[in-house]
Amino acid sequence: MIWNSLSEFWAMGGYAEYVWGSFGVAALFMAIEVAQVSYERKQTLLRLRMLQGVQEPAMDSHA
Amino acid sequence: MTLHFKFWFRFASPQAFYALAGRLWPGLAVLATLLGLWGLWLGLCVAPTDFQQGQAYRIIFVHVPASWMSMVIYMAMAFWALLGLTFNTRLSGMMTQALAPTGALFAFLSLWTGALWGKPMWGAWWVWDARLTSELILFFLYLGFIGLTAAIDDPRRADKAGGLLALVGAINVPIIYFSVRWWNTLHQGASVSMTQGSSMAQTMLTAMLLMALSFWFYAIAVALYRVRTLILVRERNTHWVGELLKTEELSQ
Repeated sequence: MIWNSLSEFWAMGGYAEYVWGSFGVAALFMAIEVAQVSYERKQTLLRLRMLQGVQEPAMDSHA
Repeated sequence: MTLHFKFWFRFASPQAFYALAGRLWPGLAVLATLLGLWGLWLGLCVAPTDFQQGQAYRIIFVHVPASWMSMVIYMAMAFWALLGLTFNTRLSGMMTQALAPTGALFAFLSLWTGALWGKPMWGAWWVWDARLTSELILFFLYLGFIGLTAAIDDPRRADKAGGLLALVGAINVPIIYFSVRWWNTLHQGASVSMTQGSSMAQTMLTAMLLMALSFWFYAIAVALYRVRTLILVRERNTHWVGELLKTEELSQ
């Protein structure tokens, strides 16, 4: 551990906006992608079930 | 030989691959998370300060792995495209499509983190330099592939057109990789070279490789998850998908 305090860690030697801008955006976009593929799968399963008559169309209204 | 051949071609069937991908992605996601946390810990809290760049150099731990993945994923797409165009396997086109959004994401992250690194070190967010420009072209190739395949309704034709674009565009990947050697460029040379080894301190190198491995597993897990959805859509009129829709939990 090279940091003496949490504030020193956040400050990143004066490069906070560049370092956290890089790691933050990467983490955010990867989280969005994970949410997106999971949402897409749920929507696809609902849609296919409706098409095949496995599920009542009413079920989709609150999805 | 024939046995091996049969073994691998069994997974070219969408139904077999659907099951295989379903078994593989959760473990890969866990690995990606654990390796990522370990890499972040080493990279942000343990690795020493760089004597030239101060703390700003830490951007390397996300910039280099993202850039590598943007190139690796494009090569993987070209591989599946080649397979699809030569053997006409149904799965190939789906894999190519499943990889593209993740590749585009990593290409964008490469450019974004590069800009945030370039500003404090070079004094510019962007320069029209060989390395940066060829990476930007890679990002546009991903967007072009996604747009092209989405614009063609017939999946078979979409696969063919997308596959050709993926193959032709693959020429850009070695250009990106060797750009720092072929042209005079502001971008620094390779930190890790296949022929000369690494020019970095051990902890820095370990952190970067951990982050790279984490991104590898992340990309494979997301692509496998995404291809399962694509398989369901394309194979919706088959008996096995019909049966699966009756039984499979919605949450899965």
